[in-house]
Amino acid sequence: MHVSYEVRAGDFSIAGKVSSTVKGILKQLNLTPAHVKRIIVALYEAEVNVVAHSFGGKIDCDIDSEQVVITVSDTGPGIADLELAMTEGWSTATAEVREMGFGAGMGLSNIRKNTDILKIDTGKDKPTIISMTFRLAEGAEHA
Amino acid sequence: MKLSDVVQIVNGTVLCGQENLEREVRLGFASDLMSDVLTLLADDILLITGLSNNQAIRTAEMSDILQILFVRNKRPTKTMLDLAHEHGITVITTPYSMFRSSGLLFKNGLDPVY
Repeated sequence: MHVSYEVRAGDFSIAGKVSSTVKGILKQLNLTPAHVKRIIVALYEAEVNVVAHSFGGKIDCDIDSEQVVITVSDTGPGIADLELAMTEGWSTATAEVREMGFGAGMGLSNIRKNTDILKIDTGKDKPTIISMTFRLAEGAEHA
Repeated sequence: MKLSDVVQIVNGTVLCGQENLEREVRLGFASDLMSDVLTLLADDILLITGLSNNQAIRTAEMSDILQILFVRNKRPTKTMLDLAHEHGITVITTPYSMFRSSGLLFKNGLDPVY
């Protein structure tokens, strides 16, 4: 099963809407609550990152009985120093993002903790593409 | 403790989810930092926060948290309450501070997550 959603930059009123929709799909597919939580926490952090830091982007989910692969891609401006960005507590977030309860430099580390395979392709003035793979040990229903 | 006990202890007002006051809650977590909330693995958590915006409700939804206590009389917007209602989240507000609310609830038997 493949689903794809656009994510608008800067609009915090709808940040989390895609994650909410995907959560509904995963529950319908009878994934375990523990799997749903891991996937959705990582996805929500990534969605907030697109809203907070990018020019906008999209979220693609591929779900089968073995795994869930979610690709979050934006159109820039990219992460200049990925190693630094992965450091817990380091952040470039604006005051507006902090007012929303984010921007404490925990997003990428939360994503890393919840994914089985995490690939990040980025660079200064480049798009950022985050690919998150979640393995489903017990398996979900075929989509 | 029951959610009705929480309401009584913090002199709270229920803004949404009045029908869930018999629900039991075991743990409390106080934070304005949503990424911190998203690290929690336990269920049965009362989120105590001063952050009154859509992301507080969204974070509760993503974390399977079914009850939020807003401190210092923070008034959630109608959009927030609609979102909470849609996801079965009970919303309570209290005039007390986060420190006082947490202290009273802890003293009355609500356990910490950590």
